[in-house]
Amino acid sequence: MSDDRSPRSIVEPDAREAQLHALAVASQAGDAVAYRDFLRDVAALVRAFLRRRLARLPDDVEDLVQETLLAVHNQRHTYDPAQPVTAWLHAIARYKLVDLLRRRARTEALHDPIDDVDELLLTADEREGGVQRDLEKLLALLPDKQRLPIIYMKLEGLSVIETARRTGLSESAVKVGVHRGLKVLAAKLRAAGDIRDTPDASGDAAA
Amino acid sequence: MRTDELIESLARHVEPVQPRQGGLAFALALAIATPIALVLMLLLLGLNPQLREYLGMPMFWVKFGFGLVLVPMALVLMLRLSRPGVRAGMAKLAPIAPVLLLWLLAIVALATAAPGQRVAMILGSSWAECPINIAVLSMPTLVAALIALRTMAPTQLVAAGAAAGLLAGGIGTAVYALHCPELEAPFLAVWYVLGALLPVAIGALVGPRLLRW
Repeated sequence: MSDDRSPRSIVEPDAREAQLHALAVASQAGDAVAYRDFLRDVAALVRAFLRRRLARLPDDVEDLVQETLLAVHNQRHTYDPAQPVTAWLHAIARYKLVDLLRRRARTEALHDPIDDVDELLLTADEREGGVQRDLEKLLALLPDKQRLPIIYMKLEGLSVIETARRTGLSESAVKVGVHRGLKVLAAKLRAAGDIRDTPDASGDAAA
Repeated sequence: MRTDELIESLARHVEPVQPRQGGLAFALALAIATPIALVLMLLLLGLNPQLREYLGMPMFWVKFGFGLVLVPMALVLMLRLSRPGVRAGMAKLAPIAPVLLLWLLAIVALATAAPGQRVAMILGSSWAECPINIAVLSMPTLVAALIALRTMAPTQLVAAGAAAGLLAGGIGTAVYALHCPELEAPFLAVWYVLGALLPVAIGALVGPRLLRW
């Protein structure tokens, strides 16, 4: 993406390390401006890192960039200023990458949709690239507290606990968010008449 | 959400963080778990009635010290393994030294003992309960250390769990030494080492499950 062409990613590794280190230390002290710059640099670095390793899953790169950014945010106290900041970032990105691949392997092993609405989403996900975008558009209509739990739990296959940790919502709020969000989505689809086009969902929808 | 928006929203709510938080959490875990282990020992097993005389014996300090030296070694490992991008490195070899020292003492003791005494020196009077008791006394520290590790971001979960287990094994062994009547190096070389290894194995086993983030 355009961030790859930002001047920061073509500076020498040592200079980049020094620059990132200064930003990381300022961020730990609570400097919001430095922190925004830091996260932008991190996003560009991580994107390049993941794009090389997820060549076969290009759609997942940006999601994983965001997940890594969230992890960097939540774990920013684990950075020791005496340590190379790029090593810290790479370790986090690699950890999230392995996590994604493991999760992917697991969800593919047990594709067992829970209810009709799930099957509808999964079927829609299956059909073609354009539908993925429609789904994103629909999801964008939902408030964060419904959208994020649906994305994490239903699309990425995380557990309630993981979703709660990632979104900062309580576990019951996550469950309620998924439930209400899916209801709203189903209503919107029905209103749009889309639901009649959906082929009868069967077990192989998620394969 | 677009990545730019995510960055904006994260940067808006940035609060200062303390990079020494991990060390503080581990110290707190020790400060809470050690008294619990002591109380457990006093309630379940009782203090060695001869402890006062034992304090003058070098072998008491060998067995008490064996557990104690594992504690700083485990803390160093936990501090390293709780940060992404920091490897355990040579620090993981350190705990081998006290074990080798015990084994060396045991070999010397066995070599100089009369052949008929050797089995008794290894089994003592409490070999069957020793490792289990050490493992039980380790549990409060293992739980506390794992909780403390969860506030950090270990990426090698088996190793991080094992390091928490080593801390627990160190505390468990040192506390058990205050009850245990044994003084022979061959006994310590087998059963104390086994007792300290039990929580290490448990930590390594549960690490991948409990330390994910």
